[in-house]
Amino acid sequence: MGESIAFYTLAVLILGFAILVITARNTVHSVLFLVVNFLFVAALYVLLGAQFLAVIQVIVYAGGIVVLYLFVVMLVNLKRPPEVHQDPHRRSRLALVLACVLLAEIGAIAVWGYVRPDVPVSPVSAATAAQNVEQVGWLLYTHYLVPFEVASILLLVAMVGAIILARREL
Amino acid sequence: MLDSLIYPLVKIVFVLTGVLVAVMYLVLLERKVQAWVQVRLGPMRVGPQGVLQPLADVLKLFVKEDITPARADKWVYTAAPIIVLVPALIAFAVIPFGSNVHLFGRTIPLYIADINVGLLYIVSVASIGVYGIILGGYSSNSKYPLLGGLRASAQLISYELTVTMTFVAVILMSGSLSMVGIVNAQYNSHVWFGFVQPLALAIYFIGALAETNRAPFDLPEAEQELVAGFHTEYSGMRFALFFLAEYANMIVVSSVATTLFLGGWLRPFPNVAALHLLDIVPSWAWFCLKTFALLYLFLWIRATLPRYRYDQLMRLGWKVLIPLAIANIIVTAAVKVIIG
Repeated sequence: MGESIAFYTLAVLILGFAILVITARNTVHSVLFLVVNFLFVAALYVLLGAQFLAVIQVIVYAGGIVVLYLFVVMLVNLKRPPEVHQDPHRRSRLALVLACVLLAEIGAIAVWGYVRPDVPVSPVSAATAAQNVEQVGWLLYTHYLVPFEVASILLLVAMVGAIILARREL
Repeated sequence: MLDSLIYPLVKIVFVLTGVLVAVMYLVLLERKVQAWVQVRLGPMRVGPQGVLQPLADVLKLFVKEDITPARADKWVYTAAPIIVLVPALIAFAVIPFGSNVHLFGRTIPLYIADINVGLLYIVSVASIGVYGIILGGYSSNSKYPLLGGLRASAQLISYELTVTMTFVAVILMSGSLSMVGIVNAQYNSHVWFGFVQPLALAIYFIGALAETNRAPFDLPEAEQELVAGFHTEYSGMRFALFFLAEYANMIVVSSVATTLFLGGWLRPFPNVAALHLLDIVPSWAWFCLKTFALLYLFLWIRATLPRYRYDQLMRLGWKVLIPLAIANIIVTAAVKVIIG
């Protein structure tokens, strides 16, 4: 009971701040709402017993990446009004297509989950919650080793790319 | 009810009061230490030897006029000092001030919470505090605060990395992310981690100086260039919140250093039975003593060293400290594997 109240409150807050992110006129305010949004998502992880994930969410997203966003937003002057494109509905059409694709994806996942409901969903007990750092580490280095390494190579490539873009001649 | 609600609340009130009083007197101590170094007397007028000076300062800040610049971003301007202060205070939630004490037939642990990701919690909380400084600089809508805020954000992001890297070495030693677990690991391994990880301790301390914007890394508020940096436009109580946060942060980083490297609440040589005479001093007193020694080091350094230049600061962070910290992690992990 208490858990569902907490969940729905958090869900409403997350969605509310997500809407504020895209409707705020001032870009800095937008970024701030995004931070609050991330913090509530972290709270959602705590509710699920995934403390490690919650803390990492705050460190990486709220504390790391969005600070860099803020940095860029403050350095680039965004007070100039955006130029009017010839076709004002160009973006809305693209958004509609993307929204349809996303909806189809969510629908597919929901149907997939419904078709084979016998997937063992491990309930989060107090004991596993207390060790979830070890568990995440263990899973990352055994079952998900290849995706993990691929992701790190991807980040390395992105870093090298950024350095090459920033320094024209090496 | 009593155990899950009242006791934590009482502890929170205790810790907050303690921290705020400590901050007030840390400011006085700083002025006194600076004065002694410069062969002056420091504050002497309010109370004997100036011991009531903090109260006078607080009173002054309360009654001062609170000015918001005309074209400031009002909401953000108001929120910024709060965003700086709150993380500095909630970080104390996981710091263990001592081992269990027995009071009125109860065993009371001297920490508010012992979560199994305590160290990461402190890192995450500290990373939120950066926002307040950037936003304070941005929302004032004025040149110097903006430049100070930008400098501060670049500095804090760089040194946050450095500090977190030194944590990894400690985690490798202790095998635990909980603050209590780390102190217990030091007890079990018969040595404070500062002695086996001197490099990590040194890097952490330098990083901590930079993270709290203390001399010689107080570039975000370099008076000669930036007036007062990100808080130039702030006055009265809002300025006081920034000030409070800076000193609370100093206490946080010193407490973390004590817990990670100096054995936390443990007495010197905790496993040598012959020295159990030292147990007369309670565990929290050892903790406070060690933290105080580190805080004194902060003040001493401020009185001694001139400020770094901005490019020197960045070079030191990225080209010296981070590679050293990574090398330290690799060596620690290798030794750990070889010893088994």
